[in-house]
Amino acid sequence: MKEEDFKDNETLELFKKEGGNVLLSTVDALINWGRSNSIWPLTFATSCCGIEMMAAGASRHDFARFGIEVYRASPRQADVIVVAGTITNKMAPVLKRLYDQMADPKYVIAMGACAISGGPFFYNSYHVIKGVDHVIPVDVYIPGCPPRPEALLYGVMQLQRKIKLDTIGKKKAPAVDF
Amino acid sequence: MEKEKLKDIIQSMISDVEILTDKQFLEVTVRTDQVLKMAELLKNSSETSFDYLFCESAVDFNDHFMMVYHLDSTKFRHQIVLKTKIADRENPVVDSVCAVWIGAEYHEREIFDLFGIRFNNHPDLRKIFLDNDWVGFPLRKDYTDPINIVER
Amino acid sequence: MAEEIISGQLEEQEFSINMGPQHPSTHGVLRMVLKLKGETVKEVKPQLGYIHRGIEKMTEKLTYPQIIHLTDRLDYLSAHILNEAVCLTVENAIEVEVPERVKYIRTIMDELNRIASHQLWWCAFGMDLGALTSFFYGLRDREKILDIFEESCGARLLVSYNVPGGLMNDIHPNFQKRVKEFITYFRKKLPEYDALLTGNPIMQERTKGVGMLTKEQAIAYGVTGPSGRGSGFSCDVRKHQPYSAYSKVDFKEILYPEGDTFARYKVRIDEMWESMKIIEQLIDNIPEGDYTAKMKAVIKLPVGEYYQRVEAARGEFGVYVVSDGNKTPYRMKFRSPNFSNLSAINLMASGQKIADLVAIGGSMDFVIPDMDR
Repeated sequence: MKEEDFKDNETLELFKKEGGNVLLSTVDALINWGRSNSIWPLTFATSCCGIEMMAAGASRHDFARFGIEVYRASPRQADVIVVAGTITNKMAPVLKRLYDQMADPKYVIAMGACAISGGPFFYNSYHVIKGVDHVIPVDVYIPGCPPRPEALLYGVMQLQRKIKLDTIGKKKAPAVDF
Repeated sequence: MEKEKLKDIIQSMISDVEILTDKQFLEVTVRTDQVLKMAELLKNSSETSFDYLFCESAVDFNDHFMMVYHLDSTKFRHQIVLKTKIADRENPVVDSVCAVWIGAEYHEREIFDLFGIRFNNHPDLRKIFLDNDWVGFPLRKDYTDPINIVER
Repeated sequence: MAEEIISGQLEEQEFSINMGPQHPSTHGVLRMVLKLKGETVKEVKPQLGYIHRGIEKMTEKLTYPQIIHLTDRLDYLSAHILNEAVCLTVENAIEVEVPERVKYIRTIMDELNRIASHQLWWCAFGMDLGALTSFFYGLRDREKILDIFEESCGARLLVSYNVPGGLMNDIHPNFQKRVKEFITYFRKKLPEYDALLTGNPIMQERTKGVGMLTKEQAIAYGVTGPSGRGSGFSCDVRKHQPYSAYSKVDFKEILYPEGDTFARYKVRIDEMWESMKIIEQLIDNIPEGDYTAKMKAVIKLPVGEYYQRVEAARGEFGVYVVSDGNKTPYRMKFRSPNFSNLSAINLMASGQKIADLVAIGGSMDFVIPDMDR
């Protein structure tokens, strides 16, 4: 997609304005190109959004062409964790442990309404965490219940843009005051 | 088998039960101490042969609990509802029917977890959904949780 | 942690291990604590609750049309059928008669949903056994059904198309044409599934004789659906307590007596053929009429208790409603098929290897949010 077709992203414009070191910029560009085009996710799907994630990996909306070639079963070998589905009180410590076991640089995509804010289970439920960002810091939010596979692809492209703004000189925190 | 004939057979098994015939299924209400005996008779008798327990649940009416067992027969294809009223709300106890229908094991663990009703002679009675240190029984009508539940 | 859950003392050379909530082949968040001796499984204890969302408590504060949107998210691969269960309970309780057109369309959508669910099961089963090609074949064909759903119902996976009283909207004018095209296409593709997996000697070695469940055990544990019919337990609710338009169609109930993983596999493949037969009998004869009956704006069920059974893709699903006359239910309980199917896994998997446990779990076709509600 062309740069000007991404229309809804003040955070990324803010990151771009803060700029980077001129000396490291070619090295940065090379490393970021490598990282953003080969993000390998962890197999983590708790409920309905997991089916749309599988459909995004199948042959119609193939996301291997974006570099998401394989799913890694072990968190030590994965780059991104796509939290697809509701997170409950009992599952939250497990998710935190998985996130801690991943190696830097790591990213988080919150897929679906349940992962963003508790979704349809926000009111009157005693066991649902109202949003996965109470547990781990999130980079990209993808709304929908469940989001279409094309929406997941758009979210992954936003993440690729965000990775390209990283720099190895000064490590940026993923969220400003977490 | 029609409801009237079934009612006569059940009345002849245990005499002091209440039977209602005008609901969706035939409803049999027994005392709490007669539950296991009634269950065994319903399953083993060759005229009724209720060998398939398809739903076991509990309902919280504010001053008592009601255990509800839905039974089906694979031989005659008739259905029945067995109910029992547990009056003691502080310490509710009832006999487990796992010896009659082993599929009740998971259902009874769920009722113990969410309502707090204990079952005698259950093979493995422990919580199934919630953490071991969860305080309270969520499906009771007087359960409130001002921190986690956003009311609407 | 795992040692506290395993029963009894561990003998020499035995150890207990977690097959944790995050695992590529447990199909969701199911944690199983295994007691192993070498590679042989001595005991399996499933631990549930990692996706327990408290839906039964939530229904006590929602009106009946709002509950439809929650039942979608229970067994999301049979979303139509579960919605229909709640709608039928409400309609039978207030004694309203839905038009014939609605019954025919509901049955056709149910059977399409059943085929889609079995296609996804076939992908996942092949993947569990290591055959990655089946993933792509199954999902390619499933996309065609999801296109049909999207055109008429508006969504791909979680359609809330059934409402109490009828349907939310009428079907699209292209519906009949697209369904007939799909059936012609799928009749040619389903033998490919057989050619790929069924006759494969590795697959037969891994599934014949594995995970035995006799008919008496299936009845005692309450294992229903294709898993129960693979043991000879005749439990199809569409035959014994027909609802919607099932009394008007002619189809067989598939039963295989062997009780092993291969029998459960064959039951599901044959059910896909039967579903296509049902759709063919109904698709040309949809009667004209309204797409919904006249309902009041606020639905209040009369005082009493109501139970409705339907045949979901994985077994018998039941809705039990206790109503006290208000617009929200006093107590609503869902009898979930996967919950009862899971209770038999210790019996089936003890004494087998870990790889067999994965094959058994794949053939029972678990969907975990349905267990945990």
